[in-house]
Amino acid sequence: MSFAGRLLPGMLLALLLSGTAFAVEPSEMLKDPALEARARAISRELRCLVCQNQSIDDSNADLAHDLRMIVRERLSAGDSDAQVKAYLVARYGDFVLLDPPFEAKTLILWLGPALVLLLGAGGIYAAVRRRPAAAARETPLTEAERQRLAEITAEDDAKPDQPVGRRG
Amino acid sequence: MMRHRLLFLLPVLAFLALAVWFWLGLAPGRDPSLVPTVMIDKEVPSFDLPPLIAGKPGLKSADLKGRLTLINFFASWCVPCRAEHPLLLDLAKDNRIQIDGIAWKNRPEDAAGFLVDLGDPYTLAVADQNGRTGIDFGVYGVPESYLIDKEGRIRYRQVGPFTEDDIQKKLMPLIAELSK
Repeated sequence: MSFAGRLLPGMLLALLLSGTAFAVEPSEMLKDPALEARARAISRELRCLVCQNQSIDDSNADLAHDLRMIVRERLSAGDSDAQVKAYLVARYGDFVLLDPPFEAKTLILWLGPALVLLLGAGGIYAAVRRRPAAAARETPLTEAERQRLAEITAEDDAKPDQPVGRRG
Repeated sequence: MMRHRLLFLLPVLAFLALAVWFWLGLAPGRDPSLVPTVMIDKEVPSFDLPPLIAGKPGLKSADLKGRLTLINFFASWCVPCRAEHPLLLDLAKDNRIQIDGIAWKNRPEDAAGFLVDLGDPYTLAVADQNGRTGIDFGVYGVPESYLIDKEGRIRYRQVGPFTEDDIQKKLMPLIAELSK
């Protein structure tokens, strides 16, 4: 068995066994599993300001730990999910939300891809629709052209030894 | 026919527009990781912090009314703070402004030691050991500085260490305007 052949099953096994890594420490978790689940869900939607492409749920940064604690404190105090997020947005702005809010200044961001798709579809539609119209515009051969064509084909028939396909 | 030819130019124009947009994104002074503040022109968040050294006065948000203050979040573990420190010592000589230091997520004795070693530009030096006051300001690293006007509103935020240039071009004009 080749080296890669021996390595592959091991790698697959490692892939299967590894869950998603998260940074929440057991000491941070709330006793109430429902509240903890909400805290985890909210944490996954909040950006760590230090390592900015991670959520605070994923990040081991010290500040992410603090923000996780704040999320849990607010939830324990009876805040709704929206209130918890608003608490952090008030301090760090929309930047702290991994999903930017849907509002006037983010319209292009949210609707842009759909708009481009529509434009493309419209372009294809227009192109396809024009094609039969272009075929209809082809004018039939005039009588003179038809005669010339007949002469040419007659010439060819008169020279059968001429190899086909290598004229000109 | 002319109209069709213009239509073919459309993708080229779209590409050019994108290219200019991306090129602007590469501007040398632009830091894409900078978190824009939402605190400008807002009332300073309420806080009441203990002094670094027992017996000295602490600092609370209400104290900031009636004077122009630069609040500097720092920590003894923070390397860029050391780079910024001589500039703060210089700025401390300007009597139009009071510089107060908040040691962010730092043991008070460590922060006090830092000031003994490098000099103390702060009128008041206080401890925000759990970092909550910093978070209320929107601090996400140190050093970070906030200029508070006489009404207690945040007028300017500096992320990262001040440079000579920042102080001359950004801070000084504001100090001149706000100390009138």
